[in-house]
Amino acid sequence: MTVFVIRRLMQSSVVVAVMSLLVFVGVNIVGDPVDMLINPEADQAEIERVMRDLGLDRPVHEQYGYFVVNALQGDLGKSFIFGEPALQLIVLRMPATFELAIAALLIAVVLGIPLGVLAGLRPEAKSSKAIMAGSILGFSLPSFWVGIMMIMLFAVMLGWLPSTGRGDTVPFLGMQVSFLTWDGLQHLLLPAINLSLFKLSLVIRLARAGTREVIHQDYIKFARAKGLSESRVVLVHLLKNIMIPVVTVLGLEFGGLVAFSVVTETVFAWPGMGKLIIDSLHELDRPVVVAYLMIVVLMFVIINLLVDIIYSVLDPRVRLQDASA
Amino acid sequence: MTAGVGRPAEAARVETPFRRFASDFLESRIATAALIVFAVIAFIALFAPWIAPTDPYDLAQVSVLDSHMPPGTEAFDGRIFWLGTDGAGRDLVSAICYGLRISLGVGVMSGVIAMAIGCAVGLAAAYFGGRVDTLIMRIVDIQLSFPSILVALVLLAVLGKGVDKILIALVTVQWAYYARTVRASALVERSKEYIDAATCLALSHRRILFRHLLPNCLPPLIVVVTVQTAHAIALEATLSFLGIGLPITEPSLGLLIANGFEYMLSMKYWISVYPGVALLVTIVSINLVGDQLRDILNPRLQK
Repeated sequence: MTVFVIRRLMQSSVVVAVMSLLVFVGVNIVGDPVDMLINPEADQAEIERVMRDLGLDRPVHEQYGYFVVNALQGDLGKSFIFGEPALQLIVLRMPATFELAIAALLIAVVLGIPLGVLAGLRPEAKSSKAIMAGSILGFSLPSFWVGIMMIMLFAVMLGWLPSTGRGDTVPFLGMQVSFLTWDGLQHLLLPAINLSLFKLSLVIRLARAGTREVIHQDYIKFARAKGLSESRVVLVHLLKNIMIPVVTVLGLEFGGLVAFSVVTETVFAWPGMGKLIIDSLHELDRPVVVAYLMIVVLMFVIINLLVDIIYSVLDPRVRLQDASA
Repeated sequence: MTAGVGRPAEAARVETPFRRFASDFLESRIATAALIVFAVIAFIALFAPWIAPTDPYDLAQVSVLDSHMPPGTEAFDGRIFWLGTDGAGRDLVSAICYGLRISLGVGVMSGVIAMAIGCAVGLAAAYFGGRVDTLIMRIVDIQLSFPSILVALVLLAVLGKGVDKILIALVTVQWAYYARTVRASALVERSKEYIDAATCLALSHRRILFRHLLPNCLPPLIVVVTVQTAHAIALEATLSFLGIGLPITEPSLGLLIANGFEYMLSMKYWISVYPGVALLVTIVSINLVGDQLRDILNPRLQK
């Protein structure tokens, strides 16, 4: 077990190191670091000062060393646009993104599981075919276009819901959140649905596949033979057993939601870290871009590491397979 | 392939694997329709300059006076803008034809390159095994644990805009899927007798890999090609919409949609909607064809 964890930890550090190298090379070698890291409006004295601070007058390997040491201390540079530390900018926008991602996850589960179970219980029914066709669409439609269509329909034509921003926010556990105010909730609805569509299709498929498998198991037959009501069989015996794969996959997919929120946040002008990175890319605000990429990659590496470790605890075969490979 | 060995000889038509494959495919009306739709789209994309009513990027043919015309408006010279015009007065029908050309071109080209790289790497992993295999598959696993949009974002942030850059990003996103698929089927095929026979004949590694092993790994690969091409087209559109994909000199469907987004709030819906519909039809038709291919080629579902 310890060997397995150490092995995975080492692998994760390699990934982070490769990423930092890639980002460093991209920003400092491929491009001109003076252009990229120093505010173009700075005067000559300022440029020289910053160059000395960043160690740009040193050899390349030393520069990379500086970059890593600074990054480890949480210093990923200052934003040109906001004049604040890049890391702080991103951390401040994290709650908005996480709120959106969690809302999307909830929608996917709350709508997806019942629809999937329904489709799995009666695979030949018209309604089931409609649900499955819908899930194929959810997989194929590019989410940015669906977002635009949602804005057109619900915000422009019908005027039911607002299409941009977060609305009123209130502090909650030290963060600003939208879902506790009526206005904020209205603002949250469209982006959350938009972000959830892909995962919703995924949950529907998983729940349907699980239902079709579980429904033929002996314990379901036994539960029916006992004379339990159909609703109890479905809601207790079936649901409990299909939840395992659904929960596993959703845990893995949460990071994906955060990554894909880049698209939804841009369409709905949701002030999260996804919108921040796209704006920063347009404005060539390199320190923010670098900081975002490092943080999100780190987040993924940690999620994957945790999932791997939890899996190996739950299922020793994973561990053995890894050792024999 | 699903070779029809052991079929009764009295069959009137000679049953070749391809014919059986084709008739299996045509059994589904939806898939057949999707294939026809895709063929039409591919035709439009290939011959856009000859099919499109105007060249939307020839300034002599475009007048700003025609901008924001709703669908069906007649221009001063008697032409009809069936799908309206965009903010610069370009006919949307023409813009969509040219956009399809760029979107499909980038999607298919990235797919071909990714397939070539993925096949070579996947075959090598399966054939040589051992450390090579472990290393390659670890890289594949690690890359697939990141969502495609994040991988593309990292690369584009580092590389910048441009056709070549988006190709690099799309290829990087896709190659691992091909490698994994090819490796999985090559591992099964490798242990079969014909590979032993070829090895006994002392054929070169390259010949065994590409002439004996690869052709037999094709069925699952064909399915991955369709899924990944659709995915690449959608991803390119998304990245271009975000303004970090193709430059404005290459107006793909994603850029056309982004262009129309700003007019959305003033009810000029057509500038975003119709390019989106074109994108949608393309992606859905490829996916439907892929679904049917998966059903035919899946040995577990074989009749």
